[in-house]
Amino acid sequence: MSDMAIDTPRAAAEPAFDRAKALSAFKLGDATFYWLTRASAILVLLMLGGIIISLIIGAWPAMRAFGFEFLWTQRWAPSAHPTPVLGALGPIYGTILTSFIAMLIAVPVGLGIAIFLTELCPPFLKQPIAIAVELLAGIPSIIYGMWGFFVLGPFLADTFEPAIVSAFENVPILNTLFAGPASNLSLFNASLVLSIMILPFITAISRDVFATVPPVLKEAAYGIGCTTWEVVKNVVLPYTRVGVIGGVMLALGRALGETMAVTFIIGNSFRISSSLFAPGTTISAAIASEFAESDGVHQSALILLGLLLFVLTFCVLTAARLMLRRLEKRAGA
Amino acid sequence: MYLNKFLRLALVAGVTSAAISAASAADITGAGATFPFPIYSKWADAYKKETGNGLNYQSIGSGAGIKQIQSKTVTFGASDAPLKKEELDKSGLVQWPMVMGAIVPVVNLEGVKPGELMLDGKTLADIYLGNVKKWDDPAIKKLNPKVNLPSVAITVVRRSDGSGTTFNFTDYLSKVSSEWSSKIGSNTAVEWPVGVGARGNDGVAGNVGQTKNSIGYVEYAYAKQNKLTYTGLINKAGKPVQPTIEAFQAAAANADWANSPGYYQILTEQPGDKSWPITAATFILMYKEPADKAASAEALKFFKWSFEKGAKMAEELDYIPMPASVVGLIEKTWASDIKK
Repeated sequence: MSDMAIDTPRAAAEPAFDRAKALSAFKLGDATFYWLTRASAILVLLMLGGIIISLIIGAWPAMRAFGFEFLWTQRWAPSAHPTPVLGALGPIYGTILTSFIAMLIAVPVGLGIAIFLTELCPPFLKQPIAIAVELLAGIPSIIYGMWGFFVLGPFLADTFEPAIVSAFENVPILNTLFAGPASNLSLFNASLVLSIMILPFITAISRDVFATVPPVLKEAAYGIGCTTWEVVKNVVLPYTRVGVIGGVMLALGRALGETMAVTFIIGNSFRISSSLFAPGTTISAAIASEFAESDGVHQSALILLGLLLFVLTFCVLTAARLMLRRLEKRAGA
Repeated sequence: MYLNKFLRLALVAGVTSAAISAASAADITGAGATFPFPIYSKWADAYKKETGNGLNYQSIGSGAGIKQIQSKTVTFGASDAPLKKEELDKSGLVQWPMVMGAIVPVVNLEGVKPGELMLDGKTLADIYLGNVKKWDDPAIKKLNPKVNLPSVAITVVRRSDGSGTTFNFTDYLSKVSSEWSSKIGSNTAVEWPVGVGARGNDGVAGNVGQTKNSIGYVEYAYAKQNKLTYTGLINKAGKPVQPTIEAFQAAAANADWANSPGYYQILTEQPGDKSWPITAATFILMYKEPADKAASAEALKFFKWSFEKGAKMAEELDYIPMPASVVGLIEKTWASDIKK
């Protein structure tokens, strides 16, 4: 007892001393942590700002030379006399068209895979399919380009495209959309390869968010006699739409900016053709193939193209945010 | 075939890094065209073994090579497109041709063997203008009465990047077709009316190899290494010629180097019964009054050695060495123009 009595004050004094020290250490640690994370966040803003500013500076000579006409001029003639004529319509058209077709294919298929994996798939197949989809995301884009060039391109040109062209020969509109001659390198080839490249983004994210739907909700729906389709339509998708749209937007961002694979297989032609089977170009493909040997206003125009892609991506992201907000409001009301 | 291409790429990459790491202050420095890089590095390698002096050549493109020599960061610059005499005088530069190559049209047509198809300049220009759209067009048929030509659309393949190959090819088309010269003209990159664009000589070679019924143009070495179906051409004298070293050399020998100020010669459409019509030289640029006279003398020693002992190596890599008569002229130019 007496020992205890003697010990207690000392024991009490020590924690008191320690606490002050520990607290100040915590405070310091907290402040450091706060500043470190804050600096990281600010660094992102600085880098973004720096990129925008350097793009604008680089693009300025082209902006002054071509003005807004740059946006709707189709001609791309860096060596025209007396001054170069450069217009972004071809690359903008190609970028939007290939991304649109890729989304048209990848969104339904990607969601289909995700729904199958979470709702219907027998357990022994789940892992292999999930891993296969994730592996697709890990393949470098140049490999997709080579596959599109060596395998898909010849198949499309020799088998698929002639069949489609002759099938729609007498159908108005479709016969201009699917017109020959068949070509290995085309907007259509690029769109197909893009759709495969963005598929894993849509599938992986959708699958993860589908897995967050509380089983109780689904079981209740099945309990009152819903079919699987009704459960997916009325329970799973409404519950997870924010996440699904997020995945879709991430995929669209990748499709808009994809460079290497597209440069390989799109044919790099600045002319706009009504046919999907004709060669075209995208903004990033144009920059990749011409930047190294360009100078003067030509180089500046390529930088301006880069700036336009930046703006385009920004618009898409903003639209996605607005859409989400509206959906949320409607759900809340 | 593709593996072979990768191996070659890997080799080139290896040589580049080796050249860069081996570079020291005493090395000769140069920069420019990518097309002669393989032969320059082969020469440099052999030269180093023999003399102990190294060469640091950066293959950064013709345009960049000209900029580098003008800013005096290198001892010599290299370019596929020659500078005009006025431009040389303005910058105080000397220019001479170092080695030559040839550009050949290549096709992918079932049943057609290399050299079997014959084209003339006008028809080639019409194909690239989009005027001749099918393989059984009368213009092609007339030149090839014995070849079985299919009635299918021609897929035109051309470069998507700026290039010395395109400069020489479009220069040839401008010379043989007034429509090409008025509508398109010649440059390292032009406004192509038709066709799909591929990057680099190997891009065009790969595309033609892959695409049935296609036509493209590549440096001769690429056609040979990728086993592509090259065509014959009708030359300026109206004679059909096949792409052979002899035909390329004939074009080069017919070129009037002696009377071209600053060796400004574009070797397309040269006279002579045996001349291949799309031949091209690649040029070296050096200062008349170099800031570093010792370095300049070292570089000239290397070029002299390359002319004397490098011809066989050039032929091994499908380049065409300069004929002896031209080498004599060039050595005289060195003696008279470059201050030692």
